[in-house]
Amino acid sequence: MLGRTASSLFWMSRYQERAQNNTKLLEVAYRNSMVSHNGNGDVSNWTFALASSGNAHGFGLKVEEITPKAVINYMIFDKDNPSSVRMCLENARNNGRSVRTGITAELWEALNTTYIEFSDVNPQSITQDKLPDFLAWISQRSHLFRGALLNTILRDDGYFFSQMGNFVERADNTARILNTQYWVLLPDNDVIGDGNERMQWSGILRALSGLRSYRFAYPDAKLKAFNISEFLILRKEMPRSLAHCYDWIVDSADDLAQFYGNDDPSIKLAREIEQDLRTLKMQQIYDRGLHDFLNDFISRNNAFALQLSEDYNFA
Amino acid sequence: MGEERSFFNEMQDEAGIPRAAYEQLVSWLESKPSNFLNRKSREAETIFRRLGITFAVYGAHEATERLIPFDPIPRIISAAEWRRLSAGIEQRVRALNAFLHDIYHRQEIIRAGRIPADLILQNEAFLPEMVGFTPARKVYAHIIGTDLVRVSENEFYVLEDNTRTPSGVSYMLENRETMMRIFPDLFQMHRVAPVEQYPDLLRQTLESVGPDQGKSDQTICVLTPGIYNSAYFEHAFLADSMGVELVEGRDLFVDQGKVYMRTTREPKQVDVIYRRIDDAFLDPLTFNPDSMLGVPGLFDAYRAGNVTICNAPGTGIADDKAIYAYVPDIIEFYTGQKPILNNVPTWNCSRPDDLAYVLDNLEDIVVKEVHGSGGYGMLIGPTATKRQISDFRKILMANPSNYIAQPTLALSACPTHVASGVAPRHVDLRPYVLIGDQVRITPGGLTRVALKKGSLVVNSSQGGGTKDTWVLED
Repeated sequence: MLGRTASSLFWMSRYQERAQNNTKLLEVAYRNSMVSHNGNGDVSNWTFALASSGNAHGFGLKVEEITPKAVINYMIFDKDNPSSVRMCLENARNNGRSVRTGITAELWEALNTTYIEFSDVNPQSITQDKLPDFLAWISQRSHLFRGALLNTILRDDGYFFSQMGNFVERADNTARILNTQYWVLLPDNDVIGDGNERMQWSGILRALSGLRSYRFAYPDAKLKAFNISEFLILRKEMPRSLAHCYDWIVDSADDLAQFYGNDDPSIKLAREIEQDLRTLKMQQIYDRGLHDFLNDFISRNNAFALQLSEDYNFA
Repeated sequence: MGEERSFFNEMQDEAGIPRAAYEQLVSWLESKPSNFLNRKSREAETIFRRLGITFAVYGAHEATERLIPFDPIPRIISAAEWRRLSAGIEQRVRALNAFLHDIYHRQEIIRAGRIPADLILQNEAFLPEMVGFTPARKVYAHIIGTDLVRVSENEFYVLEDNTRTPSGVSYMLENRETMMRIFPDLFQMHRVAPVEQYPDLLRQTLESVGPDQGKSDQTICVLTPGIYNSAYFEHAFLADSMGVELVEGRDLFVDQGKVYMRTTREPKQVDVIYRRIDDAFLDPLTFNPDSMLGVPGLFDAYRAGNVTICNAPGTGIADDKAIYAYVPDIIEFYTGQKPILNNVPTWNCSRPDDLAYVLDNLEDIVVKEVHGSGGYGMLIGPTATKRQISDFRKILMANPSNYIAQPTLALSACPTHVASGVAPRHVDLRPYVLIGDQVRITPGGLTRVALKKGSLVVNSSQGGGTKDTWVLED
């Protein structure tokens, strides 16, 4: 396989995942701003969406005032924002397009149709009341992409690279969301918080599609900082947890090592990260400091992606 | 606009009686409700759009992706017509390859005084770097798309030979797939010669001219300029349907005179490159030093015989518009036979007598740039306004040797789906020819159709569409 092809498959999945993550964050911001009791001027929910998607800096450079409309436009439609949903979908498609020999017709159709239909949308037409449906549509298209990928592509090196791209992005997203509000997850907050805190906790869980599954995973179903952190960091059965992401990455990495008959540095790095997440206890993470742990994880996750691109000649 | 000239209608004779090949199609069309073709056209468009069968149009501001309009009514060619056409095409492509071998070796045709030396040696498309080099099986142009037009029952003219990197074959294949999906019953009524074997035949052809002639374990790749090229869809399509890698210049490198792909593991040696980039961009060390699309050192690897490039560098001389006028002589010189297919009479504006005639008759003829393509920079006299003609006259007089001229041919017309129903529209035909261990011509080809009433411009960049082209079997 060409190094460029491996790179394109990795980034195709990464961008598609990023598009969906943006969507989730906006959904939560929209919902929480509706139930917020702090009045119309409260933009903290939108600030949260910007910060946890890594968009705060770029937004600040371009736009002076945080308004719902400005945030929505920047995170969904802005052509100058490389992480906007528009640019994610375009980049995912361009990466898919440049490896059309390496993906299936079903996968291409999913990518291409999303891109075409998104391009036909006039940003002015997505007023706040239309936002939820539009976000749900993007989310469904992302699920279709992933379904088409899982159901149709060959389980060869291309598949392994696509999975690593998907889960590196997801792990990064989860870690950033936690890190943006790490203080509400500190254990000394571990009492039933006031209305605001409850909303922040449930907001984090919602952003990661985990509110319902949390209630199943923790039988007393009460929102507690300790449990929420553990759920999103260490519980492998939670599809957006760091542990789950690295479980999947290591599966792909092991398969890739077997496929090529060689353990490369990136493979070893993935195994180290996965082992930490498998053996650590939540209390140990708190003892070390949640913020430090998350910062450290984000940079190791990046280091893994970088090493992967070096090991396999990503162009 | 001049009056509609008389033309050959492929579907029916002057009395309105359908010709034999079209009989069943005509009665089938008559049996359908009035909105049937509208519905089927939309269905076809959805299929093309979803599959991403697009090409880029370069406008004033930015390149945009478009669909080439697809006309759902097939063009039908009888078995007997096809036999004669394909014999003419084969004669022509064999002669052009013999010509290429000759001008890059002993240049007998110049010595014999059949073509002026300057026309070849001073021609930009002639590559001195190719002199003395002999590609496998002496084949230079492996993939040719011969542009033909029909003017009467038995008269076909060759407009252009397209011996560089002819495009459009993916439309031939996808048009057929789409037609089989939207009109299965129509296929059952006809014995249509298949075209789907083209990718396999292309691969066989490429293998047959590789360094290990004919061995099927050779590594082949399609070299594309990248996703922003207007024919990118086709490059991906061909690589995909042959089961080979689609590469860009940056995916390849040359080491010790051999060409390799950069893979996720060890570099992989490449044996045959089906390139879809122009000569000038192939190798910045040998040709255009600014090329970002090519592979440094590729040409040396080629001359060392370690890799085959298809089509060979330097084939452009064979479809140069100034050489075109000599193709009948070329056929006679190398085959000893009379040409089966006609050449369009051509005035070479670099000759004073020809130029004078052209300037006197601008409103009746077609003037083209010698190195132009895609329907840009040309004048079609009979459909041009007075203003356009006077503007073009100035451009032509400023640089006459940049132009050739030809009489306006009355292109044949085929039934086409238009707003008012079904009406005749002018068409041309590009069959695709593969030349390796043998000459293989896929029955049919790409029919391009001028969708505007009376228009003779079929180029997709100028609003033309395409049709599926059926060759009937006996």
